[in-house]
Amino acid sequence: MTAIASPSAVALKNVARRFVTPSGDVLSALEDFDLTIAPGEFMAVVGPTGCGKSTTLGLIAGLARPQGGEVTLFDSPVTGVDRRVGFVFQQDAVFPWRDVLGNVMAGPLFRGVPKDKAETEARDWITRVGLKGFEHHHPHQLSGGMRKRVALAQTFINNPQVLLMDEPFSALDVQTRELMQEELLQLWAQAKSAVLFVTHDLDEAILLADRVAVLTTRPARVKSVHTIDLPRPRDVATLRYDERFIAIARKISDDLREEVLRARAGH
Amino acid sequence: MTETTVSAPLAADGRIETAVQRMRRHRRLVLALRLAVLVVLIGGWEFGVRLGVIDPFFFGQPSGIVTKLIDWTENGTSIGPLWMQIWVTIYEAGAGFLIGSAMGILCGIALGRNQLLSDVFSIYIKVANSIPRVVLGSIFIVALGLGAASKIALAVVMVFFVVFANAFQGVREADKNLIANARILGASNWQMTRAVVLPSALSWILASLHVSFGFALVGAIVGEFLGAREGMGLLIATAQGSFDSNGVFAAMIVIAIVALLAEWILTVIENRLLTWRPDTTVNE
Repeated sequence: MTAIASPSAVALKNVARRFVTPSGDVLSALEDFDLTIAPGEFMAVVGPTGCGKSTTLGLIAGLARPQGGEVTLFDSPVTGVDRRVGFVFQQDAVFPWRDVLGNVMAGPLFRGVPKDKAETEARDWITRVGLKGFEHHHPHQLSGGMRKRVALAQTFINNPQVLLMDEPFSALDVQTRELMQEELLQLWAQAKSAVLFVTHDLDEAILLADRVAVLTTRPARVKSVHTIDLPRPRDVATLRYDERFIAIARKISDDLREEVLRARAGH
Repeated sequence: MTETTVSAPLAADGRIETAVQRMRRHRRLVLALRLAVLVVLIGGWEFGVRLGVIDPFFFGQPSGIVTKLIDWTENGTSIGPLWMQIWVTIYEAGAGFLIGSAMGILCGIALGRNQLLSDVFSIYIKVANSIPRVVLGSIFIVALGLGAASKIALAVVMVFFVVFANAFQGVREADKNLIANARILGASNWQMTRAVVLPSALSWILASLHVSFGFALVGAIVGEFLGAREGMGLLIATAQGSFDSNGVFAAMIVIAIVALLAEWILTVIENRLLTWRPDTTVNE
């Protein structure tokens, strides 16, 4: 049991988010949703497809407003897009008309950092994500994994205290995904930001996170939260064969399977 | 299949060689056939006239058209030197094109970015778009006189709606993910317009510019038809008035050359602006 007074980077309390469908029905994506992430904590969220995982991220990012309840960042309510938040999207969201350097510089330039300072920082981040030499390539000249690296650099350069990730590696092949997961853990260890990582891949969630939240089928609630007490630094490539990993995975996957089956029955 | 044999670079080279040769041969064939079609058409026309099948009074004659063009360049037209007429029409069409497309882009982006503006004005733009705009030419001549202003105004009206519709659509089609990403990275509304909306609408806008220079030319020439002291439209009207069908065709050819040149310049600009697009270099 965590004390109520402990500081939180992100907190959702009784949050509801509903949509009006074109036919006039009200569709409830989230209902009585409670979730708290501590500063510097890596939280992963898994749940059946279409259960409202991305909706949650949108609410925290300030891209959408809840119809009920409260969303707070460091104990102050979210009223719009917050500068302390970074977001890595599922699809490519890098700007196709800018080269790698231009993409990574975008955030600081939008935020009013002088151009030469932004460029120095951007070059540093490009090196850190292993894209040195590709500064003047355009996104269509890069592989999917490289574009993801650009997206990571673009996000991390803004020093986000809260990092939201919406199935960022789901479009990558298995080998590239493993590399990116490792890279993300390294970047996170330095940045020390609170992370909310949405994924449909339970293994990925366990490999990366401090805690894994399982969501119910729509309308989404938090069904259970599991603490992953695997030591860090973690070796993404070998950890999945560790006995402790397998035990945790078995426990959570029972939980998850129940919801997936309910989601299927509901259709 | 031999495609899997990696250890035969020579054979592979040979195959590539023949593929290149085949492509070159194909290109030469296409060129030759294109020329043949032209020769048959023009030659058939010319012979038709000489054999008395086609009446040159109504349909002109290729040799007559060439003579006319030479005569115009050497001795000037009935309304003044040829280059003067060309310049006047290019000036009117060009000015109308620039003003019309600038207005179209501005309005398209403003309405595309602002829901209220677009809700209010979309109905008026639909109505205005349904009016046959050439009719406005008469009003412009009455209001703005026989000079260049009335033709430029008509060209502006012709160009505006095409560019506007494309700019508007382009803004609306901008990728929602890119917009969300830019907002979270910290872009203000103005930065969003400049850094995301405008570049993503650019390929739509440039596509519309190709069509709309043609429209600007139509606007200028129709304006000159309706009433002018100089220009290619007036040249055609004069030729028509004196039953000079060769003159009409000759003027048409000059206009076609102008249009093709403009099209070429626009393509060069487009390729320059859209270097980030993966498929621009493959085209052509």
